[in-house]
Amino acid sequence: MVRLITHNLLACHAKDCNTNNFPLEFKDVQLEIREADFNPDFLKGFMPKIEWKALVDTARQLGDTSLPLEQPEMLDDEFLKNLHHVLLEIHVEEGSMTCPNCKHVYPISNGIPNMLLAEHEIG
Amino acid sequence: MIPTPNLSHLKQSDYDLIYEPAEDTFLLLDALEVDADNLKNSKPRVCLEVGSGSGCVTSFIANILGPSVLYLCTDINPHACQCTLRTGVQNHVDIHVVNGSLDEPFQQRLSRKIDVIIFNPPYVPTSEEEAMIAQSSRNIGGAWAGGSDGMLVTNVLLQRIEALLSPNGRFYLVALKQNDIPKILQTMEQRFQLCGEIVLQRRAGREHLFIIRFLRGNKTLNQ
Ligand SMILES: C[S@@+](CC[C@H](N)C(=O)[O-])C[C@H]1O[C@@H](n2cnc3c(N)ncnc32)[C@H](O)[C@@H]1O
Ligand SMILES: [Zn+2]
Repeated sequence: MVRLITHNLLACHAKDCNTNNFPLEFKDVQLEIREADFNPDFLKGFMPKIEWKALVDTARQLGDTSLPLEQPEMLDDEFLKNLHHVLLEIHVEEGSMTCPNCKHVYPISNGIPNMLLAEHEIG
Repeated sequence: MIPTPNLSHLKQSDYDLIYEPAEDTFLLLDALEVDADNLKNSKPRVCLEVGSGSGCVTSFIANILGPSVLYLCTDINPHACQCTLRTGVQNHVDIHVVNGSLDEPFQQRLSRKIDVIIFNPPYVPTSEEEAMIAQSSRNIGGAWAGGSDGMLVTNVLLQRIEALLSPNGRFYLVALKQNDIPKILQTMEQRFQLCGEIVLQRRAGREHLFIIRFLRGNKTLNQ
């Protein structure tokens, strides 16, 4: 299940593609919403590792506008619940992700992103 | 005692396509259990298992570390990715799986951010050709074929570990005596200042298996 937390950690790694290679752009996605256990401790611990702008932009593309453009300093419950939903409850089941730089397409099927490259594409 | 993950959902038809947990897997679980307290004390946030196969190892470490850690897995075998996901669901562990090679998908974003890396690699000495074919066919053959000294795949990841580990991070590797463990330890220390220590070793049939734990040279276990 590609969720936005995973998406926020994936960059294109094709040969010689090392600038503007993140975030990958979702295309033709099928979404499913599935509830997950809310864990504020996990979210707070993970927040420093998030690329915030990439997360907010991607969530907006998928129709979720609940996150503020700037990462807030006060982590109240409402914010954490929205963050929880965006990171962990939106599942991309089918579709693909395209590199903004080299346009390499990484397919997603049965919820698993295929990040494998052919031999000649490996950096 | 940390419970062994429930794998009752995996059938022979799955094990025709993916690696069935074996002595190497269980020795790795035992080593993680030996380290359980200092693993918890190191307060990890991100754990990556490379080559997760059935998903047994990540489900086990999640039993030790609990739900406040992000569990990431990669495998080149797409069936293994599916099985890892199913094992996560079966054991109530939230696992994020990517069909990819080694650390490649996360290399850029998780540079120096991973607290625990685990790899039970294809370590069996085979011809180089067999290992290369296994890597490109992405099927069950890739579970063991390791090239002439069994290190073809492992060596690639060893070059990357230092760049991935967080300041307090650690790396667990399964290796075979024939993989030349003194040489692995020496290379990691000299090139990357990563100090390896054997946590457990065991003879299982013809295999003499080792679990090695690597830490940054300026760190000790209880820091
Ligand atoms: C010895 S099995 C271990 C499986 C499982 N971790 C366990 O301990 O039972 C090795 C696993 O590594 C995977 N693998 C082999 N080459 C790989 C690569 N280049 N990148 C990611 N996974 C790989 C295989 O598909 C297989 O699932
Ligand atoms: Zn690219």
